[in-house]
Amino acid sequence: MAKTILAIDDSASIRQMVAFTLKSSGYEIVEAVDGVDGLEKARSIAADLVLTDQNMPGMDGLALIRALRALPEYGAVPILMLTTESSDDMKQQGRAAGATGWLVKPFDPQKLIEVVRKVIG
Amino acid sequence: MTIDISQFFQVFYEETEEHLAAMESLLLALDIARPDAGQLNAIFRAAHSIKGSAGTFGFKDLAEVTHVLEHLLDRIRRGELLLREDMIDAFLAAGDLLKVLLAAHKGQGEAPVGAADAMCARLSALSAPQAPPEEEAYGFFEPQPEAPAGEEEAYGFFDEPPVSPGPPSPTAAVQPPAGEASIRVGVAKVDEMINLVGELVITQAMLVEAATGLDPVRHERLLDGLAQFERNTRNLQEAVMSIRMMPMATVFSRFPRVVRELSQKLGKRVELRTSGDDTELDKGLIERIVDPLTHLVRNSLDHGIESAAERRAAGKPEAGVITMKAFHQGGNVVIEVGDDGAGLSRPRILAKARERGLPADDRMTDAEVWQLIFEPGFSTAEKVTEISGRGVGMDVVKQNIGALGGRVEIQSAAGSGTCTVVRLPLTLAIIDGMSVAAGPETYVAPLGYVIESLQPEPEMVERRSGAGTLVLVREERLPMVALHEVFGVPDAVTAPEQAIVVVVESDGVRAALLVDAVGGQQPFVVKSLEANYRKVAGISGATIMGDGRVALILDVPALVRMACSALPAAA
Amino acid sequence: MAIDGLPGGNGASGSAREYLVFALGPDEYAIDILKVQEIRVYERPSALANAPAFVKGVVNLRGSIVPIVDLRIKFGAGAAEYTPFTVVVMLSVGRRLVGAVVDGVSDVVPLRAEDIVPAPEFAAGLGTRYIDGLAEAGERMLIVVDIEGLMLSAEMQLVDAAPRSGPDAALPAERTA
Repeated sequence: MAKTILAIDDSASIRQMVAFTLKSSGYEIVEAVDGVDGLEKARSIAADLVLTDQNMPGMDGLALIRALRALPEYGAVPILMLTTESSDDMKQQGRAAGATGWLVKPFDPQKLIEVVRKVIG
Repeated sequence: MTIDISQFFQVFYEETEEHLAAMESLLLALDIARPDAGQLNAIFRAAHSIKGSAGTFGFKDLAEVTHVLEHLLDRIRRGELLLREDMIDAFLAAGDLLKVLLAAHKGQGEAPVGAADAMCARLSALSAPQAPPEEEAYGFFEPQPEAPAGEEEAYGFFDEPPVSPGPPSPTAAVQPPAGEASIRVGVAKVDEMINLVGELVITQAMLVEAATGLDPVRHERLLDGLAQFERNTRNLQEAVMSIRMMPMATVFSRFPRVVRELSQKLGKRVELRTSGDDTELDKGLIERIVDPLTHLVRNSLDHGIESAAERRAAGKPEAGVITMKAFHQGGNVVIEVGDDGAGLSRPRILAKARERGLPADDRMTDAEVWQLIFEPGFSTAEKVTEISGRGVGMDVVKQNIGALGGRVEIQSAAGSGTCTVVRLPLTLAIIDGMSVAAGPETYVAPLGYVIESLQPEPEMVERRSGAGTLVLVREERLPMVALHEVFGVPDAVTAPEQAIVVVVESDGVRAALLVDAVGGQQPFVVKSLEANYRKVAGISGATIMGDGRVALILDVPALVRMACSALPAAA
Repeated sequence: MAIDGLPGGNGASGSAREYLVFALGPDEYAIDILKVQEIRVYERPSALANAPAFVKGVVNLRGSIVPIVDLRIKFGAGAAEYTPFTVVVMLSVGRRLVGAVVDGVSDVVPLRAEDIVPAPEFAAGLGTRYIDGLAEAGERMLIVVDIEGLMLSAEMQLVDAAPRSGPDAALPAERTA
């Protein structure tokens, strides 16, 4: 059975690209447009991996990760953060919020598949 | 596997255009002295989002400019740099350049060589001494065991990646409820829906017509059903039409920029106030009303609002105010462009009109005098200015608005300002019209042009040999044009005294249309005649009547011109 | 992947295409059935101003405004009477719809490309310009017409004139003294 990935990004083009890329690799994708939407969708499905943008209006990626980690069903689910910065400061914040890892934007579809495969096979 | 990322470009273009538009209106709304943190964040996020997507999809120039822009915005929102006027100018210029670059990627126009680099330099200079840092491509929070040494860090993990997240979820296949507030739909799809609903309206009218004369007692259920069908159809039509409706905000949003730049250029202080931003108008009209409104706003800024010194002398606040207002009135959308400037000068307009050989008379009412401004070639400016004197006059504004089925009039009071009122139909897809008959043919006259209809008394008709016929209506001699003659219709009533004249007005000129009879007034679905046939003089389109037959829609401005051309030059 | 239905294929067993046969006066014409939208009974169209006599006006075809041309008038064939049995062939040509009034529609015949032979110079009928050729169907001789080319031609005056009107603009030269 295909693994389900919850992809959260406020950019429709990135969302489309992520969804298309991962679907082509055999994953089920559920998309969400921002942190709040992501949290809602996370509750309604059981994702095997969460892929979230960091910078979003309203609830940002870090806040979403913290909120997800507070949910019992997302305590152990891997969460990857998509971010345009790779500063140590950001990494510290990501780690503290409970992210499993990070992927820097811009990235290409191959890189995305590579990282996701590393996490959930 | 290779993924062709160009398939996502269209969405990227659309979302980037939205971000750029949002960024511009946010920039224009910023209070430079006390910028709102929320607004700064939103501007930053727009630049940030463009950068992220542009980089991902390989639009290097867009990514570079937004990278520098984002860095500068970040420092401002963090309070490391103070926002300045020249920064706003640079940001707006950057937004403009991004639009050009984006258009170039879309294949519209070419990007100026070196412009992106120049913009990066301009922006960097503003944020000096600190240049934005170079960023790593990716990285893991903790090194991956299998990550080959030396590879650039593009992602990372804090801990060992979980090997397996546990048993597959049984709910994985369940689609989550759709949570999006809106969807993107091609305009063609919407127009197809509008067409189909138009069909439904016609079918419904045909059914109603077919059912007339049925015994209401014996056919009670059928007639009730038809009445219900009529209500449903009307509601459906309104709902579908509303999809094409867009808020005036999409038009108004571009004017802060226009006003800001022009007032800077003219050295005037002007404040723009808009109201009725959420008043809705058909998309087709929205697109075509921008130019006329821009002209009116430029006019107000250039000719309406006085210089600060003049305003002080007149006891007015130094900063002038331009107001743009939109609201619904009846079946129309009214858009007003007003200013609190000096108002129009009656003597000057009259003098100018005489100079131009226009019919000017001291006994004219103010409203009539203001209408002179719409005459071709008229301009009250002492000198042609760069701002509003580029050969496009108010006559063109009036023509453009007329082409949209709208009307324009001016209200003005000396010393306190001028207001131009534009009235537009809600949509171009449906018109309010009156059916008129000539012989066996039925035509539709758009109500916007119709003043009145009447049966002329014999003494009202004045025939002139070789110079057409005039009809005297309310002490005005109107040139007459007979529909049956224009359209070559047989078996029509030819004697005006036995026919009906419909008084119409276009561009301030009245004429009388001779028809056999006039029918009811109702909305008509406008169809194109040119989709399958060529242009016909005097006809602007077609519609389908309740009996399923086609009626042609009269091109009233063209008919008025025909009526006038039959007159000798000196009438 | 197999490619079927290529028009005018010169392959051995060129696949047959369907043609609608209609009559105009003494002649029978065949037109590509794919250009035929439907066949309707004639109803009086709404008249168009300044149109040639063979353009009878426009009718409503499921919401589209469609011009009706009477080919009998245009080509001087048959009596231009309108009875309850007068038929209109609704054609889809280019991206346009046009209705053509004819004397009658008889049947649909399959024709292969090789069935159609070049026509000799014609003196009458639809004019040679839009005649693809002749085809024999049993006892009958059918004139195969390029109906799309004909309907979109300047001669039919259905389409706005191109920037420069061609030599075949059928308007008589105006004589001014």
